[in-house]
Amino acid sequence: MEEVLFFLAALGALGGAVGVIALRNPFYGVLALIVHLFSLAVLFLLLSSAFVAAAQVVVYAGAVMVLYVFVVAYVGGGGESAWESIPGQRFLAPLLGIAIFVELAIAVLASSLLALGTDGPDVKAGFGDPAAIGYLLLEKFLVPFEASSILLLLAAVGAIVLAQRKREGESA
Amino acid sequence: MSIEWYVVLSSLLFAVGAMGILIRRSPVVILLCLELMLNAGNLALVAFSRMVGNQQGQVFAVVVMVVAACEVVVGLGLIVAIFRRKLPLDVDELRELRG
Repeated sequence: MEEVLFFLAALGALGGAVGVIALRNPFYGVLALIVHLFSLAVLFLLLSSAFVAAAQVVVYAGAVMVLYVFVVAYVGGGGESAWESIPGQRFLAPLLGIAIFVELAIAVLASSLLALGTDGPDVKAGFGDPAAIGYLLLEKFLVPFEASSILLLLAAVGAIVLAQRKREGESA
Repeated sequence: MSIEWYVVLSSLLFAVGAMGILIRRSPVVILLCLELMLNAGNLALVAFSRMVGNQQGQVFAVVVMVVAACEVVVGLGLIVAIFRRKLPLDVDELRELRG
């Protein structure tokens, strides 16, 4: 059962990822990314991390993707020009991507982490649930937690400054 | 399922995202590919946290999500600003800063 779920979710994640880079219309790309994110949430559940899976669905697939859909609808999905600034970019880029994957796969398969081939240790029932992550965030990782909230505030202010309309008599 | 499968899948997803950034030229799609790469990193973090039997990797994954949300907000703000100034939405034509 677990294997079936893993391969279904892995296929969904991979198909969504390939859809993002292959579909010409950015709107369909966003929809493919939503498929990808839901499949990843299933994988997170299989790794017994319920809170990360829920945050993935609520924050990513819910909030961030809605933002993408609005912006794509606003700027419109224009096709990309056929002009290439680097000759042979279409052929070089997949080669470089495959090279990155081969490199990462060698790093994973040749690592001396013996636990990599196991299912991981048996964990208690509360592993990765919201209460456990909340305790960690508020006790052990309080400073990173506050830093990330300041980062969110700065990003919100930055987005407002960047996207506001030009006022009268102000150049760019 | 052994942890190895998850890590190999995550490196595959990372490579697909990197390939997308190299191939595509629309800034919106490049942001989407950045999301793919960040999510591949998240999958590796959660897989390793399961491998160790420790929840701290999941906290890292949550922080990565926060950083990704910030990056999306600023990136989409930039795209809207580029669009409002009637500049082309193509990273090869926006080359004024290249020098």
